[in-house]
Amino acid sequence: MATFSTLGLTAERAAALLDARELSCEELAAAYLERIAADDPALHAFLHVDPERTLEAARRHDASGRSGFAGVPIALKDLFCTRGVPTTAGSRILEGYRPVHDGDVVERCQDAGLVSLGKTNMDEFAMGSSTEHSAYGPTRNPWDPETVPGGSSGGSAAAVAAGLAPWSLGTDTGGSIRQPAAFTGTVGLKPTYGAVSRYGVVAFASSLDQVGPFALTVRDVAALYAIVAADDPRDTTNVGPAEAVVRPEGEDLRGLRLAVPRDQLTVGVDAGVLERFEEAVALAVSLGAEVGECTLPHASHGLAAYYLIAPAEASANLARYDGVRYGPRTDGPDVQAMYEATRHDGFGPEVKRRIMIGAYALSAGYYDAYYGQAQRVRTLIRRDFDVAFADYDALLLPTTPTPAFRFGAKLDDPLAMYANDVFTLPANLAGLPGLSIPMGTSDGLPVGLQIVGPAFSENRLFAVGHALERAIGFDPVPPRLQGVTS
Amino acid sequence: MSRDGWEAVIGLEIHVQLQTRTKMFCRCANRYGDPPNTNVCQVCLAHPGVLPVPNRAAVHQAIRVGMALGCTIPSWSQFHRKNYFYPDNPKAYQISQYDSPLCGEGVFHVPAPGGAFEVRLERAHIEEDAAKMIHAGGAGGRLTGSASSVVDFNRAGTPLLEIVTRPDLHSGEDARRFLNLLRATIVAIGASDADMEKGSLRCDANVSVRRVGDTALGTKTELKNMNSFRYLERGINAEIERQIGVLEAGDRVRQATMHYDVATGTVHVLRSKEEANDYRYFPEPDLVPLEPDAALLDELRAALAELPAARIERFVGQYGLPEPIAEALGTGSELARWFEELARLVGDGRLAANWTLGDFSAHLNAAGVVPAESPVTPARMAGLVRLVESGAVGTAAAKQVFAGLVDDPDASAEAIVEARGLGQIGDEAALAAVVDEVVAGNPAQVAQFRAGKVQLLGFFTGQVMRQTGGRAEPKTVQRLLRERLDGS
Amino acid sequence: MALTEQEIRHVARLARLGLRDDEVERLGAELSSILAHVSAISALDLDDVPPTSHPLDLTNVLADDEPRPCLSTEEALLNAPDPAPEGFRVPPIGA
Repeated sequence: MATFSTLGLTAERAAALLDARELSCEELAAAYLERIAADDPALHAFLHVDPERTLEAARRHDASGRSGFAGVPIALKDLFCTRGVPTTAGSRILEGYRPVHDGDVVERCQDAGLVSLGKTNMDEFAMGSSTEHSAYGPTRNPWDPETVPGGSSGGSAAAVAAGLAPWSLGTDTGGSIRQPAAFTGTVGLKPTYGAVSRYGVVAFASSLDQVGPFALTVRDVAALYAIVAADDPRDTTNVGPAEAVVRPEGEDLRGLRLAVPRDQLTVGVDAGVLERFEEAVALAVSLGAEVGECTLPHASHGLAAYYLIAPAEASANLARYDGVRYGPRTDGPDVQAMYEATRHDGFGPEVKRRIMIGAYALSAGYYDAYYGQAQRVRTLIRRDFDVAFADYDALLLPTTPTPAFRFGAKLDDPLAMYANDVFTLPANLAGLPGLSIPMGTSDGLPVGLQIVGPAFSENRLFAVGHALERAIGFDPVPPRLQGVTS
Repeated sequence: MSRDGWEAVIGLEIHVQLQTRTKMFCRCANRYGDPPNTNVCQVCLAHPGVLPVPNRAAVHQAIRVGMALGCTIPSWSQFHRKNYFYPDNPKAYQISQYDSPLCGEGVFHVPAPGGAFEVRLERAHIEEDAAKMIHAGGAGGRLTGSASSVVDFNRAGTPLLEIVTRPDLHSGEDARRFLNLLRATIVAIGASDADMEKGSLRCDANVSVRRVGDTALGTKTELKNMNSFRYLERGINAEIERQIGVLEAGDRVRQATMHYDVATGTVHVLRSKEEANDYRYFPEPDLVPLEPDAALLDELRAALAELPAARIERFVGQYGLPEPIAEALGTGSELARWFEELARLVGDGRLAANWTLGDFSAHLNAAGVVPAESPVTPARMAGLVRLVESGAVGTAAAKQVFAGLVDDPDASAEAIVEARGLGQIGDEAALAAVVDEVVAGNPAQVAQFRAGKVQLLGFFTGQVMRQTGGRAEPKTVQRLLRERLDGS
Repeated sequence: MALTEQEIRHVARLARLGLRDDEVERLGAELSSILAHVSAISALDLDDVPPTSHPLDLTNVLADDEPRPCLSTEEALLNAPDPAPEGFRVPPIGA
């Protein structure tokens, strides 16, 4: 076996090693499992690992012959239902739960021959921006263990950044892929709403949730997106990708019209983030793009609309955790008391907070002022994007206003935590695709560039992201891990 | 029900289980009576991450019912979530429809003996049924006092159509008549078996009373779970009486959910409604809107069979039948079809109606069968009718021939008459002998007749009939009797 | 936009969260400040703007009425906290 490190290893390169028979599927999987065994106790990117099961799956691909990405390992956010394999959504209320069904994306990964390394940590029910809201303890940022990896898909992001998996799947409801990608120096895609099936994805906010990939390169993200994006009859809100996915190759941006919504950058953006952003914009120009300016006049209401719509949908989606059919139960003298006790003990504080907001926003007398009004704001934000895309092919924005923050910094201030999503959630409200790529570091921590396009323009985002990624030349291996081999 | 000076105002909420092969939002079998938890999957058990996929057949059935009931079909409709916690509600929300139902307003025309009436429909919408609770440890499987309950999710997620009327009914009789015709209509188009005892048709009634002449509605109560047409009628009437009693005693009616106790025939408060439910309805984000287009609506409308209300009115016009007769014949599709075939074969609607509602209906009831299951086909029946009309068989013997049609499915009416010697005796010489015998054997009655008690003619006729086993031709018998009795 | 304790308890009851007194107090303060922020949109005049429930303008996505295999009863009850032969046992319904 060739000496090699999983650090910085892309899925494309891993597949090439398998193709060249420099490695077997089993050796590749074993290398990742070793790395997980060594580093994950400190990192805590995974909630569930089953090495024997993983190696067995890898051996099957060695035995049966392989092609494409078959035999390449993957990590799955613990929000995806995996038949017979624990699925907790980061919550006590699903402790011990073993689904009877696989999610659509899980099936598609299996069909492509990907080998699951395990289930990754996350904020409980995907509610959070730091993984501090996981009932099983937080994940650390591979770039700096004192800072958060972002969330809610923090485990999936950290696993890729730390070389514990070549790529991974997460979900994004208000930024839960793009924000942790930015915080960990990885590439993350939130696809167009409806491009990837939500079947078998534990629901947070049904009209906003989308599944998407994390990887070290835009090309890997495109490849994983091609594996999971499909039309699934089990999800009536899903249509699949509009066109065949193209893995990007071009290195310039000639003929593309990009825009910066300057009105969004006026307050609260970290100076280092702004600097890297302006450099990226200048690079885009130098690569031949025409870069203009646009406005998103109603995006400022996005945060309020999001924090009404998402909790409202969640309050209903999480009502099924009642201790009757699955999950732990805390007993009570009668069934209603059992509900109260089970749900009290099963949900953490952030989940309770959001269920409360949602139930309040939907309750008698408040619907029109809150939920109804938020749905109308949603229309305005969609129209803002429609106007911008009449003149431009894609928009450029920082993914987050700041780099990764320290543990506990925002834990007691929900509004400050929510404000982290200000640049990401408009795309969710409008159902649009957003790609985050690393655009350098600020104070030694990675920061992300977000490219937002019209619905089903993923191929264009890949082309823009790939060209900029090449020009930026970001090294995705955290410096503190460099020189360490397993 | 109308007590002097009072008017009852009644609206109904009707739930109909739609007849489909699979459930509303998953493809588990929609089947009644299977062992517990055998028709269940991750979707109808509300596991994490599952999504609903609506059943096309159920949507089409619902539209057909809406059309048959005279509802408009809006061009746009959507599902809502109705949130509440109960063990029979696995997601803790029921997928239902709120402000944009599949079927909108309509008017349902109800033929009735005292004059037809109309009931306005507010809406009809699709929703999913709840699971079934089995209560253990309490007295008689009742909910209250049971030590625990067990949930069977076979019924969870099966398609329901909820039909809501305006408060246009005014008595238990009206309500029963309306619901009966509504049921017949739904059965006729094959959307449901609508069986109250099985629970595939359920009805709640909102009841209030007011002084005649008042325009404002009184406080209403909701009467739940009446599981037969008879109990619906009685329950409503009992609640009307109760409310009038309360108001006449100077008290006020309190909003409540009521239960009709069939054993005592009285109405009790099930729960008071001091606090309105807060169901937090919002558009179901897992489902996209329904937009039935004109082509689909045309197709569904064209496939609707003739509906009972229209059929009843046609029977009145086409066959000259009185309204109650037309209603009795026209409500159920099968009996209506049988009747019409007989009417065509014998060429006389009134005659066919008499036979259909007479011996044939009595036989259906006695045998507990529907027309299609009876050995008495319209063609065999027509043979008997023709024998009677031609005078070959008397009315008394006809009953025996009918019994023969039931007992011997292979024999024609003619064959039965012949085999059993049931042909009418029209031979004058033979009848004269019997008449002479009767006159000679009853001298006292002969004297009374001749003294003016002419109604005794029936007595003599009866005696002749008895002696001939009912086969004597009545007109000849009467002529012969008069000849002998008058000609003293 | 301060929520009363009564409102907090009502909403917590709707959601069956079984909040303890200290949680009612803490959540009351947190929710009040979150709602103060989000209620900015309540003041907007949006009567002419239609609501968006779905990002995609899809309609009439329906499935054929063809049965698919269900779970076995064992599978259905596999995760049940209190399985019984006839199904999922729950505590008494109460009044």
